Amino acid sequence: MSNHPSLSNSPKVADWLDFSSENQLVLHTGKVDIGQRITTALALIAAEELGISFQQINVRKTKTDIDPNEGYTAGSFSMQHSGYAIKKATATARHIFTAKAAQRLNVPEDQIEISDGQLRASGTNQSVTYWELLDKTILDVDVDEEVKTKNPEDYSVQNQPHIAKGMAEIMTGKYQFLHDLKFSDMLHARVVRPPHYHCVLESLDNDVVLRLSQENIHVVQDGSFIAVAAQQEYQAVKAARRVSLAAKWKSEKQLSEADIYSLLTSNNKDRLFVEKGCIPSTTKQIPELEMLEDESHITISATYKKPYHMHASIGPSAGCANFNGKTLRVWTHNQGVYPLRAAVSEAFDMDVDKVSVEFVPGAGVYGHNGADDAAFDAAIIARHLPNHSILLKWTRDDEHSWEPYGSAMQCEIQASVDKKGKISSWSHETYADTFLTRPIIGKEPASRMVSSHYLEKSLPWPVVGPMMVANGGIHRNMEMLYEMPEPRLVKNRVYDLPLRTSALRTLGAFGNVFANESMIDELAEKADIDPIEFRLSHLKDERAIKVISELQQLMAESQNADVDETGYGMGFARYKNSAAYCAIGVCLSVNEAAEVKLHDAFIVCDAGEVVDAEGVRAQLEGGFIQAASWCLYEQVLYERDGIVSRDWDTYPIITFDNIPRMHTRLIENQGMPYLGAGEAAAGPTAAAISNAISQATGLRVRQMPFNSDAIMAAALED
Amino acid sequence: MAEIKLTVNGKNVQVDTDPDTPLIYILRNDLNYTGAKLGCALEQCGACMVLVDGEPTNSCVRAAAEFEGMQIETVEGFGTPDKMSEVQQVFAEENVAQCGYCTAGIVTSVTAMFRKNPNPSDEYITETLNRHLCRCGSHSRIIDAVNRLRTGAKK
Repeated sequence: MSNHPSLSNSPKVADWLDFSSENQLVLHTGKVDIGQRITTALALIAAEELGISFQQINVRKTKTDIDPNEGYTAGSFSMQHSGYAIKKATATARHIFTAKAAQRLNVPEDQIEISDGQLRASGTNQSVTYWELLDKTILDVDVDEEVKTKNPEDYSVQNQPHIAKGMAEIMTGKYQFLHDLKFSDMLHARVVRPPHYHCVLESLDNDVVLRLSQENIHVVQDGSFIAVAAQQEYQAVKAARRVSLAAKWKSEKQLSEADIYSLLTSNNKDRLFVEKGCIPSTTKQIPELEMLEDESHITISATYKKPYHMHASIGPSAGCANFNGKTLRVWTHNQGVYPLRAAVSEAFDMDVDKVSVEFVPGAGVYGHNGADDAAFDAAIIARHLPNHSILLKWTRDDEHSWEPYGSAMQCEIQASVDKKGKISSWSHETYADTFLTRPIIGKEPASRMVSSHYLEKSLPWPVVGPMMVANGGIHRNMEMLYEMPEPRLVKNRVYDLPLRTSALRTLGAFGNVFANESMIDELAEKADIDPIEFRLSHLKDERAIKVISELQQLMAESQNADVDETGYGMGFARYKNSAAYCAIGVCLSVNEAAEVKLHDAFIVCDAGEVVDAEGVRAQLEGGFIQAASWCLYEQVLYERDGIVSRDWDTYPIITFDNIPRMHTRLIENQGMPYLGAGEAAAGPTAAAISNAISQATGLRVRQMPFNSDAIMAAALED
Repeated sequence: MAEIKLTVNGKNVQVDTDPDTPLIYILRNDLNYTGAKLGCALEQCGACMVLVDGEPTNSCVRAAAEFEGMQIETVEGFGTPDKMSEVQQVFAEENVAQCGYCTAGIVTSVTAMFRKNPNPSDEYITETLNRHLCRCGSHSRIIDAVNRLRTGAKK
């Protein structure tokens, strides 16, 4: 059996490829297109390997029981999981079809040439198509992982200019989002949320409920969960407002207003030593923090902080569900249909085979946002209102105030450099809440759904222990690729913090890489060594050296002469120490109002073999811009009585007036394994910005957001 | 309920609706123009942008009845997947969209901008685009596509 996570679950070629429609290939995948354009990459892989045109290939939207269970579309794994599986499945299929074509055309196999779905006997006009060769069982064989795949020198499809799957539909308003679903029996629904997490419903004015029912508007109440459903969407919007005024809530507890960074260090926590390979140890004694005090070392201690961040999708989360009394059908734009099905079936005590969950695109999710919750809300309402398709949309207010945020983090680093300019000690202690409250099959998945805590039969809020896998949540990318004495890495998984948290793009890597790569610059500066040379002098990994050297060259080529007082900075990491290598440079200036203006972004990435270069560039550049937004503008504000950041004024994000010119270079590595690139840019971007601010102003900002307040505060400290 | 008369993408239509219903709901649910998206219902993000007498206008707050007698255009009116408008074609070729939720609104604003001025200044472009939020970070590609449209340069 395969060791590959996707092929071990779905070993047959037929699990991945479907030729049953004439002149079309349909790909099955468990990875969903959340804007990272995985459908385009998968279609390109299949087109390249099978000699079928890109246009003839369609990629199914994942549905439970019909498509492979590949877990979550997360962790930049889509290419390593589904990309790999489809590469091997298509190559296996090509060999099978080639053999059969050779037999049919009575020529040796090496005389078969393939193009446009035709298998042709070389030098003749005899040919046969995949579809003509198809029989019922031909693909009912195991994917051969040792199969000979196409020689990269013969590639003719991958990385060629193309219009991505769905792109023309998006441009013309014809791409179907979950939010656009329409059924004849459909009701539009809205949830009426309590003011904050710790409220229960005290009373609901029955007169209002009665008046609404006379207007044909359903009010669903299940414990402290309230929703409305109506035929017209705006009826539901208005009804939700009326019900909101008719509901009285009792607050059982308030949100702690204490400084979050004090709570991170003082609250109850699991403190774990992180060993080589970044695996936490429950047994190993954490060594005392020692300081190399003698004159031959320069030692720096610094604390880096990031606040809670939102996923902040442009489209509020939505879900759709229909319960016919026996089976429940759910439509979602989340990242994992199978775990969501487990959560739904557990919550309603239904057999898994009575629940189906299918993906329909939504706005970008960037991790575990409100999508799972919205689908679950729709399912609750559907159970109360059978035989209607319930299209539930969260409001902007719901999205901002109820999504699970990316945790605030504090990273304390103490590091030394010796007289030779080499790192002589490194200690990094990181503190954060969990990055994983997604539903997980077999781990009480229903309790991960926010509304499960408000139902009549309410479930307790989940308490999730520390992730123990290599490069898991909080400790992701704590370890660096630089050569140095064994570092002291300590992970603190902190409990009882005020806000709901879960997976936000890159998990702990964003904070850890920001801290690590800022400290690298601080050490280099103290040692009076160029920060790029300092990094290069600590590296043996050739691919790391290559991306940093290329970045150095790219930045040198584009020195910005037209702006005064610019600062340059860089950051580097290999995401999860196992995915893409990414070096980021930035050129910025700080204006008189102490605001950061971004001028140029420099991105160099080694993502192994690249299938869709435009897609990878878009992910890297988008990752840069999103991370720049986190760095410069964002923090979730809250007070005793709940979340304060409830719209785009109270939670500003980056806008078009601060977008740098992009200079992006991909390292050519055709024939190498795929390395996920979707999250590679974020951490290095944060460090590059902080390092560039330091170069531009002489001020070191260690706490996000790097807004004018932070820069003014750094100036006062200086 | 009241009958309102609208002109959308050149067609005259009548809709029986609650007169205070914002335009976006009528366009999406009654008339099947789902390109414009509901993003904030606060006129903050621009996902719901349509053209009203040629001007980019948020459709998520103002009642549909206010738009009687005006020319409303949605992204569907500019082109189809098989026959895209120039803006749509260049945006598609530049692969500007990631999730695509904000895209229709941006295509709409950019279409209006180029109708008024085929060679807009940087400031005008920024002012136009700043009415839109994007979370995937497609901004730089959108700016590149707009620059390509501005100069007429071929890829």
